[in-house]
Amino acid sequence: MSMQEGDTAMEQTRPMNLVGGIAATAARARERRAGSVQLTGPKIVAEHFNFYYGAFQALADISLEFPALQVVGIIGPSGCGKSTLLRAINRMHDRTPGARGEGRLTLDGQEIYAAATDPIQIRRRVGMVFQRPNPFASSIYANVAYGLRLNGVRSRQQLDERVEHALRRAALWDEVKDRLHRDSGTALSGGQQQRLCIARAIATEPEVLLMDEPCSALDPIATLKIEELIDQLRAQFTIVMVTHNMQQAARVSDMTVFMLMDEKTRAGRVIEVAATAQLFTSPGDARTEAYISGRFG
Amino acid sequence: MATTSERPVALGNAWTRWFRHGDGLFAAIVALFSVLVVGLVFAVGVVTYLGSAEARAQFGAGFFTGIDWNPIETSIQAVTFGAWPAVRGTLLTSLIAVTLAAPVGIGIGIYLSELCPRSIRQPLSFMVELLAAIPSVIYGLWGVLVLLPFFTDVLANPIADSLGTIIPALAQPVGTGRGIIATGMILALMILPTISAITRDVLAVVPNTQREVMLALGATRWEVIWGAVLPYSRAGIVGGIMLGLGRALGETMAAVMIVGNTARISDSWFQPATTAASQIASELTNATSPLHESALIYLALTLFAITLTLNLAARILVAQLSRGAASSRF
Ligand SMILES: Nc1ncnc2c1ncn2[C@@H]1O[C@H](COP(=O)(O)OP(=O)(O)OP(=O)(O)O)[C@@H](O)[C@H]1O
Ligand SMILES: [Mg+2]
Repeated sequence: MSMQEGDTAMEQTRPMNLVGGIAATAARARERRAGSVQLTGPKIVAEHFNFYYGAFQALADISLEFPALQVVGIIGPSGCGKSTLLRAINRMHDRTPGARGEGRLTLDGQEIYAAATDPIQIRRRVGMVFQRPNPFASSIYANVAYGLRLNGVRSRQQLDERVEHALRRAALWDEVKDRLHRDSGTALSGGQQQRLCIARAIATEPEVLLMDEPCSALDPIATLKIEELIDQLRAQFTIVMVTHNMQQAARVSDMTVFMLMDEKTRAGRVIEVAATAQLFTSPGDARTEAYISGRFG
Repeated sequence: MATTSERPVALGNAWTRWFRHGDGLFAAIVALFSVLVVGLVFAVGVVTYLGSAEARAQFGAGFFTGIDWNPIETSIQAVTFGAWPAVRGTLLTSLIAVTLAAPVGIGIGIYLSELCPRSIRQPLSFMVELLAAIPSVIYGLWGVLVLLPFFTDVLANPIADSLGTIIPALAQPVGTGRGIIATGMILALMILPTISAITRDVLAVVPNTQREVMLALGATRWEVIWGAVLPYSRAGIVGGIMLGLGRALGETMAAVMIVGNTARISDSWFQPATTAASQIASELTNATSPLHESALIYLALTLFAITLTLNLAARILVAQLSRGAASSRF
């Protein structure tokens, strides 16, 4: 990890070599994971998926496959529909008046937007971590136990076990084990809060984890911790992560999706999808290259 | 010497700083208003304290527990004044009002801010607020003409005949229906808009992320409200209930018209009774003696103390609710 930190610092001081630097990061990250990555079938599939906010089309013709047990990074300039796509996967738009999806979006083959699909069932299989850490104003323990209680876990012993397990997986256990019931989740530092939110999301053992810029409100050290965490979570969860930080996408994702807003219609489109190392080394599209080398966006 | 010579200079600076931009003037005016408000509370306390001197001298602390209120000397009873019937009436009617209005008001607030379709949110909110704008004498009139007949026939008599045989507070005789329970119901109606409007407003400022987290955990709409929205806003909701309670404690006109104005303690809450506010309002203009008047002012002082105490308790409760959030669970 220390080696990577050094690289990052150097890359930042040499912006001209940014593409080469990110590519190297991505290549190293892939090497580091070599052997641990299994080839698996697609978990989430979008086929000609469109999304609308009322009359405004926010996503146009999205076709993508998110492989199981891998980390997919979504990058692209602000407003290109990254969050919209992410939130479409667990139907978080249901509360937004006029928002609707069209086309196919499936989770393990099940149509997410079919009339017969229960959004609550989908959301229990798809966890979410938000941009800003947003713990409940209740104890650390209660924060993690919320989802478990929603899922009908009632026994004290089971709750205790699963809360501890989730906090350990979120690399937070040692820091909070002495004050689980005493301190409020909001009394933690920003980075701890975000790890608490991750613990809360994974406590119910979802299959997919959606993360919308999970580190954008954190300092570099806390960011690094979350990235290490994501690295470990990939063993159990299919992770889709939106990020503004291309270094981060290069470090943690196996696959990267680059999105861009259509200049005329302002609808978000997928420009390129590739293995992360490949996308950053030899981008197949001129716009991708322009974006990752910092020439626009 | 050095300090005295520096002072005027500092003062001069302060003056120019104050008055050059008008900020200071504005601050001074606003400060004056706040002092005025504090002074007013203080003045009310002083006036009621001084005005009640005669009654305080005669009855002392026994006034609060005295159960007889007898302004005119008769062959069987001497002149005496005790506040307990009025205090009891005030507390019971307000308690009934809050018990009835809080769940309904919170429910309305939840519906308005969380569940109701956008198209009817505005009109419905407006109607609820309109309820708060109706003068209390009209509530009283409505209570006499509509509520009392309905209440005696449909609620009071059946309840007294069934539950009333077990619970003395609900026993016969119901009579005209005027009494503590009917007054509590009218007061409940009057404080309903306060509670629902405040609930709606405090729910509206709950950050959307709190709801989304719950949703993302697979919560139903109800679980989102119960598990995230209400815990987040409970301090504000309690504040709303307390505001309603304050209004119920002090409400005069509707109470005068419905409570029955009888300073007597009956077992049954269906029986005529009195409240502090209604007793003062209905007797002060024709007080029979200086002592009678002084006793009424003493009663006012008592009511003032009750509202102050309850307000203070509410403050402490709200402060604790917003601080000790760690105990929340659902
Ligand atoms: N609730 C909404 N109602 C209407 N339009 C919306 C809504 N949410 C987002 N949009 C629009 O959809 C488009 C995509 O928004 P989205 O939030 O998905 O962008 P993003 O890629 O996540 O941007 P950022 O990087 O700034 O978070 C934008 O043009 C935005 O204005
Ligand atoms: Mg976004």
